[in-house]
Amino acid sequence: MANAPTMTDAQGNPIFLDMHEHDHEAGGSTMLGFWIYLMSDCLIFAMLFAAYGLFGTSYAGGPRASEIFELPLVAVNTSMLLLSSITYGFAMIAMQNGKKAGVLGWLAITGLFGAAFVGIELTEFSKLIAEGATPQRSAFLSSFFTLVSTHGLHVSFGILWLITLMVQVGRFGLTAANRRRLLCLSLFWHFLDVIWIGVFTFVYLLGVLR
Amino acid sequence: MSAATDDHGHGDAPHFSRKGYLIGLGFSVVLTAIPFWLVMTGTLGSAAATGYTIMAFAVVQVIVHAIFFLHLDPKAESGWQFMALMFTIVVVVITLIGSLWVMYHMNINMMPGTADSASGM
Repeated sequence: MANAPTMTDAQGNPIFLDMHEHDHEAGGSTMLGFWIYLMSDCLIFAMLFAAYGLFGTSYAGGPRASEIFELPLVAVNTSMLLLSSITYGFAMIAMQNGKKAGVLGWLAITGLFGAAFVGIELTEFSKLIAEGATPQRSAFLSSFFTLVSTHGLHVSFGILWLITLMVQVGRFGLTAANRRRLLCLSLFWHFLDVIWIGVFTFVYLLGVLR
Repeated sequence: MSAATDDHGHGDAPHFSRKGYLIGLGFSVVLTAIPFWLVMTGTLGSAAATGYTIMAFAVVQVIVHAIFFLHLDPKAESGWQFMALMFTIVVVVITLIGSLWVMYHMNINMMPGTADSASGM
């Protein structure tokens, strides 16, 4: 390496350049990465909302939105999801205070609200299908079932993830990795609540109006 | 919104407070209840007025959730989180408005039995 250029300052002293990346803590960029995943998920929902917006009145002689949607049931469902958002927040407060039992308790309550949400949604779907309002009936119902069940699947997987984290926290406590995972699930859970605002407004309420 | 133990100085984990969540819950309950009430009772009379009103409520509620539940901070992750959000909003708006606009006109022009489509065939 005799020909390697040497860098010296005016006095002839060698200059040392810091060529190494700073050591990043494991998982230091996880939250940003997870956020970008959520944004791409947001795009999926945007496509499904666009499809519903286009086909929302293509009844094909089948049932209309105002005939099949039961707003009281949707209101109960909405409150389940909203309450689960709050209880997840309380789990985060317990995590901040380092209270493992509190985290586990609030997560369990969150999971129950989430399960109630999915249960009510499945009841609604089975009622609709029993009435003949199946996904195959019309473009309106196809786009309705696709959008709402995609959201419901997200919540279901969120519950699965929540149970997994409860086991993790129960076994290993509130370690740095577990805190990071809980923060990711927190974003996921609140994100699904935000999507639900779009669903109950654009699908159910506007559907009943038109 | 990086991990709580992150010491790089670009944003700590958001501070979670019971008060913040309860304020968010209060706003959300009101912003959810009013649209349901408007649609179920038909207080505003016209469907169009009700529609625009509940859409406005939805937008406000999304912002409330972003602030009180998602703890959105424009400075988190050196601004990259906010940047990604802005980009997503732009793409979503283009997608939604573009799809609805184009397909609406296609639907109108493809309607069978209208003079335009008959002469165009």
